[in-house]
Amino acid sequence: MEDTVNGAAGTWLLRNVTLPGGQRTDLLLHDGGIAEAGSRLTAAGAQVLDAGGLIALPGLVDLHTHLREPGREDAETIETGTRAAALGGYTAVHAMANTEPVADTAGVVEQVWRLGREAGHCDVQPVGAVTLGLGGTRLAELGAMADSAARVRVFSDDGRCVSDPLLMRRALEYVKAFDGVIAQHAQEPRLTEDAQMNEGAVSGRLGLSGWPAVAEEAIIARDCLLAAHVGSALHVCHVSTAGSVEIIRWAKSKGWRVTAEVTPHHLLLTDELAEDYDPVYKVNPPLRTAADVEGLRAGLADGTIDCVATDHAPHPAEAKDTEWADAAFGMTGLEIALRAVQQAMVETGLLDWAGVADRMSVRPAVIGRLSGHGILPAAGSPANLTLYDPAAAPEPVDPAAHASKSRNSPFRGVPLPGQVVATFLRGTATVLDGKATS
Amino acid sequence: MNRHLISAADLSRDDALLILDTAEELARMSDRPIKKLPTLRGRTVVNLFFEDSTRTRISFEAAAKRLSADVINFSAKGSSVGKGESLKDTALTLEAMGADAVVIRHVASGAPHRLAGWIRGHVINAGDGMHEHPTQALLDAFTIRRRLGLQPGAGASGGIGRRAAGRGGSRTGGARTGGGARTGGGGLDGVRVTIVGDVLHSRVARSNIALLNILGAEVTLVAPPTLLPIAVDGWSCEVSYDLDAVLPKSDVIMMLRVQQERMTAAYFPSVREYSRRYGLDAGRMAMLPEHAIVMHPGPMNRGVEIAAEVADSPRSTIVEQVANGVSIRMAVLYLLLGGAELSGEAR
Repeated sequence: MEDTVNGAAGTWLLRNVTLPGGQRTDLLLHDGGIAEAGSRLTAAGAQVLDAGGLIALPGLVDLHTHLREPGREDAETIETGTRAAALGGYTAVHAMANTEPVADTAGVVEQVWRLGREAGHCDVQPVGAVTLGLGGTRLAELGAMADSAARVRVFSDDGRCVSDPLLMRRALEYVKAFDGVIAQHAQEPRLTEDAQMNEGAVSGRLGLSGWPAVAEEAIIARDCLLAAHVGSALHVCHVSTAGSVEIIRWAKSKGWRVTAEVTPHHLLLTDELAEDYDPVYKVNPPLRTAADVEGLRAGLADGTIDCVATDHAPHPAEAKDTEWADAAFGMTGLEIALRAVQQAMVETGLLDWAGVADRMSVRPAVIGRLSGHGILPAAGSPANLTLYDPAAAPEPVDPAAHASKSRNSPFRGVPLPGQVVATFLRGTATVLDGKATS
Repeated sequence: MNRHLISAADLSRDDALLILDTAEELARMSDRPIKKLPTLRGRTVVNLFFEDSTRTRISFEAAAKRLSADVINFSAKGSSVGKGESLKDTALTLEAMGADAVVIRHVASGAPHRLAGWIRGHVINAGDGMHEHPTQALLDAFTIRRRLGLQPGAGASGGIGRRAAGRGGSRTGGARTGGGARTGGGGLDGVRVTIVGDVLHSRVARSNIALLNILGAEVTLVAPPTLLPIAVDGWSCEVSYDLDAVLPKSDVIMMLRVQQERMTAAYFPSVREYSRRYGLDAGRMAMLPEHAIVMHPGPMNRGVEIAAEVADSPRSTIVEQVANGVSIRMAVLYLLLGGAELSGEAR
């Protein structure tokens, strides 16, 4: 018997999904897990979803999300941000530490973690600050955050670089005690004073101060060497240049514990977009050149770059409705990331869907030390799933329709393929028919 | 003509020549006892200055008043960050007050682009950050043309007469046709212009390079490598680090101001060293060809990029540049604002 009286929770029978590897199967979701996988499953009382043509990806995991709460609830809240995440196919997001107050104590990370659980749209794993108040001078109590209920493992001053080499060394060393990882925002501060956009032909023409590639690459090179020296784990946030990819490729070839992420916008957009001075294209690190986009795509395809992370950075309208130099850095991304990756990586033949599952779920879950996420759909695995229709006709992105509180999407009006049809968090649908269930 | 004048790079050769020729004619009117034209009576021009610049503001003010426009000066020192209202709110306020044109000077590159997206009136860029200063480039081109004795376009005389006298919608087209017919005439074809100094931060340099290229001049940049954009090799001009080598091959030498804040930010070791390597003194001036002229957009640092005896020499066009600025700005206001009213067409 099949009925639909149970709402989003309960038992689900997903008929005819396509697994990332291409096989077709039914999946029976029960009690938070995948109870059965196989053809022609039946289950009394299950709600049935005909998933013919839909790909069942392991629920996406974002290593880099700015949820803005506490402090900037005008831009985003944990509730709105995680709903946006679920709509984008995410079942877990890592909330960056640059809130107000900064997530640099056990108290703040536990608050963020608890608010995430209450919202219920996806799991929220707080990232702890590396330095007190992101000040770059004293280590925050990393151990207290690791031991807290939030069980923090990823530490980052994102938005700022841990530029002091000694402090970076100490942070890398210290987190070895609890299998932590330092996620670095690689930006040499002196080389990027007042930097507004990628330094190159376009910045020269527009008269905007340049953010040179070397300012990112120099820090990445230094940090790889430091991580190797102390035998710790480095994660490089939002890699934006082809040169950075080469350095990371070299570090990995040495067997060093270095991982990296790239954003959807750096996989698709270039600095030419700054031409009209519309700050919706202002982001840090900045949009780079077509050659960089090519290098980043190749790096993601060959695994040099481990994963896609959104760097979802919501801002209120007034932070972007201004002169370029005065505008805030950042772009939203949760709700379009998978579609953008389809466009940049799948349509180009660089990744298949197994590759997408790996780069958007499996590997980020490993880097974030998240249990219960990033596990390929099979009998016995947790029912964290994203059903995605890659054949949905390309639709122009409409930020006004986004669940995020903010509208600063650089893909405004840009047609992107695909659609997230449903998202399941431990067997409960957070998204059905492309709409949030709560 | 475009609806706005934001970037010299947006001008066609014909547009640029039309502005220069119109300015030529308006300059002649400035020699008359009664300098005022009724063209812009009833139109409101706002000078929106977010950065101190008395000379540019006064120049625009004089230009607008000679065309009988009502002028409102709005000065807001510093940028809008964190204090006072945003540029957008200021723009909407001016719009509500009925500004037909807004002349904007702003510390942020691209501010005029943003403004043009928020208001219906015409936007004229009076200098935005390190981006452009198109009326400065136009007045420089005008000055070069006059001083080197290059002929204005054949269609110049009568351009204004036709506009003022006629009533039909064809005058704009007529002027354009005239421009097309004189392509090659009235430009700066083959003139060798050397721009010396802080190109990296200079809106004057960017506008001049764009316009000089449009008008057919050959541009050479001379600067310490620290004060050139990283991608300057993609620009349509020559680059040299050696001023002495370039001087004998220059018809025009344009000295850029060294900003105070560059002097302490490691762009060069000391002001004296800069002056020795890139300053224009009497000895260097003697290396120029007989007919060559020396330009400076002002305000000058005498003794730094230009020696007093050079600034005050007969080769110097610095004072003329100021006078020509009024004519050029009159021409721009006239062509952007007056044309629409006269021909009744939306521009």
